[in-house]
Amino acid sequence: MKLIIAVIKPFKLEEVREALTAIGVQGLMVSEVKGYGRQAGHTEIYRGAEYVVNFVPKVKLELVVPDNQVAKIMETLTNTARTGKIGDGKIFVLDVEQAVRVRTGEAGEEAL
Amino acid sequence: MRYLSKLAAPVAALAASPAFAQAAPTVDKGDTAFMLIATVLVLMMTIPGLALFYGGLVRSKNMLSVLTQVFAIVSITCVIWVTYGYSLTFSDGGSMNSYIGGLSKAFLRGVDYNSIAATFSNGVYIPEYVYICFQMTFACITPALIVGAFAERVKFSSLIFFCAMWVTFVYFPIAHMVWWWGGPDTLAAGATALAAAGTDQVAIDAANAMIFANGKIFNWGALDFAGGTVVHINAGIAGLVGCLVIGKRIGHGKEAMPPHSLVMTMIGASLLWVGWFGFNAGSNLESNGITALAMINTFVATAGAAVAWLFIEWLLKGKPSLLGMVTGAVAGLVAVTPASGFAGPMGAMVLGAVASVVCFFFCSTVKNRFGYDDSLDVFGVHCVGGIIGALATGILVNTALGGAGIPDYLSQPGTLQVAPYVFSVAFMAQVKAVLFTLLWSGVGSFILFKLADLIFGLRPTPDVEREGLDLAEHGERAYAL
Repeated sequence: MKLIIAVIKPFKLEEVREALTAIGVQGLMVSEVKGYGRQAGHTEIYRGAEYVVNFVPKVKLELVVPDNQVAKIMETLTNTARTGKIGDGKIFVLDVEQAVRVRTGEAGEEAL
Repeated sequence: MRYLSKLAAPVAALAASPAFAQAAPTVDKGDTAFMLIATVLVLMMTIPGLALFYGGLVRSKNMLSVLTQVFAIVSITCVIWVTYGYSLTFSDGGSMNSYIGGLSKAFLRGVDYNSIAATFSNGVYIPEYVYICFQMTFACITPALIVGAFAERVKFSSLIFFCAMWVTFVYFPIAHMVWWWGGPDTLAAGATALAAAGTDQVAIDAANAMIFANGKIFNWGALDFAGGTVVHINAGIAGLVGCLVIGKRIGHGKEAMPPHSLVMTMIGASLLWVGWFGFNAGSNLESNGITALAMINTFVATAGAAVAWLFIEWLLKGKPSLLGMVTGAVAGLVAVTPASGFAGPMGAMVLGAVASVVCFFFCSTVKNRFGYDDSLDVFGVHCVGGIIGALATGILVNTALGGAGIPDYLSQPGTLQVAPYVFSVAFMAQVKAVLFTLLWSGVGSFILFKLADLIFGLRPTPDVEREGLDLAEHGERAYAL
C-alpha cells in the first residue's frame, strides 16, 4: 500500500477528482493548505500598501491505494493537475504499513 | 451646515430696504418628517456603515476592537451631547460666544416638545428635539472617524477617555464657531434694526451685536454646508496627530497586514454613501430645492470620485481594485460635504474626481514617503479630501460656475437673496477656516493624546498587540470557525 500526497492548484481539484474517480479511485482526503515552492509568493496591493504574500493557497490530496494502482494514479494526477505554468504542485509517494476499516475490522488492502 | 449671510453688506443698502415684519414661526410637517429620517440615516453611516468599512480593513484579530470602539464612541457621545454638548455647541456663550456656547441648555434645560429651532428660511422652524438629534449624530460620527488612523494598536480605556475629552474641547467649539448663528429671523430683525438706527450709535451697536452674535468662523463668512471643516478636517488632522503620537503598529512595513474582509468594507462604504444623503441633504434642515441640490451633488461627486480612483489606479498600478474604488467614493463624499448645498452638480462631479486623485496620491505616495502608519487612511481621505472640498466650496458657490450663490439674509430682511460673488473674499474665508481648524484640532488633539497617554497609556503591551485586541482587550473573537 502507498500513500500518495499531491499538492495542487485549488481550481484543479474538481477536474482531478473526476479523473481519479474515472480510473477507479474510491476515496481521497482533501485539505486546504498554504505553502511555497519555487513559485514563491505573489504581491497584493491595498491602497498604497504592497504586501508580498509568501504562502500561496493550495489543495492537498491524500490517497492510500494498492501498490498496483500507483503508476496509473500518478499519471492521471500529473496529466489533469498540469497547467504548464509555475506552481502546478508536487506529488509524493510513501509506504503505508497498515490500514484498518473501523466498521468491520478488515485490515490491509481489504480495508481500502 | 449653515447658509452664510453676507455679513459685510453695506449699511446704505440696508437703509433703503423695506421694513421687515416678523413672520409667525411655523413648523412644517414635511420638513419635520424629512429631518427625522435624515437623522437616523446619519446614525446608520456610523453604525454599522463606518464600523464595517473600518472593520473589514483590519486583521481578523482586531475586527471586534474596531466595532466596539465605534459603537462605544457613538453611545458615549450621545450621553455627553444631551448632558452638555448640545448646549456648548448650540447656545449663546455670552462673552465667550465667538468660541463656545454656554451651559444654559445643559441637560436640555428649557427644551420640550414645543421648542423650535431655526432652519434657513425666514419663519420656518423644526422641532428642537429633531435638531438636537440630527446634530447629535454629527457629534457621534466625528470622533468615530478618528479611530481608523491608529486602529489595531490603541488601548480601549485610553481611547474612550480621549474621545470624551476631544468632543468637549475640540468638536463642540469648532462646531459652535462654524455653525452657531441666530437664524434667518434674528438676522432679519438685526438688519431692520440697523436700517432704523439712523445715526444713533447705541442703536447701531445693538443691531450689529444681534447680527454678529454668531460663531467666530461663521462671522468670517466661511461656508460649510454639512461639515467639511467641522467633521472631516477636524477628525482627519486628529487622526494624523494620533497615529504619530501612538506610533506604528508592530511589524508595520515588514509584516503583511492585508484587510481581512473587503466584503465588509464594501458593505460599509455603501452604507456610508446611502447614509450620506441624510448627512448632506439633511443639513439643509428643510425639504426643498436646496435639499435636492445637496442630494444630486452627493450622487455625482461620489460617482465621479469612484470612477477617478478606479481609472487612475488601473493606469498607475495595473489593476482596478474594489478597495480603491470604494475609497475614492468616500473621498468624493468627504469633498462634497461642505459644498453639497452650494455647488452645482457639474462642479460637484469635478470636485469629487479631483479630490479622489489627490487623495490617491496621499494614500499611495505621500504616506509611504513619510512612513507614518495611518492604518485606514483617515488623514489621506478625510483631512485631505475635506481641505479640497472646503477650499473648492469657496469657488464652486459662484453662480457663474453653476453654484447656488452666497446666501444673503441682510440686504432685504425677511427674504433670502444671493450676494454678489467676490472670489478673493469667498476663497480667503475658506482658507482661514481650514487653517484655523487644522491648528485648533491639531494642537488640541496633541495635548489630549498626551494626557490620555499619561493617565492610561495609549498603547497596549506588545503581547496584547500581537495577540490581537479582540481577545486581549474584549475577551471575545469575531469569528469562531
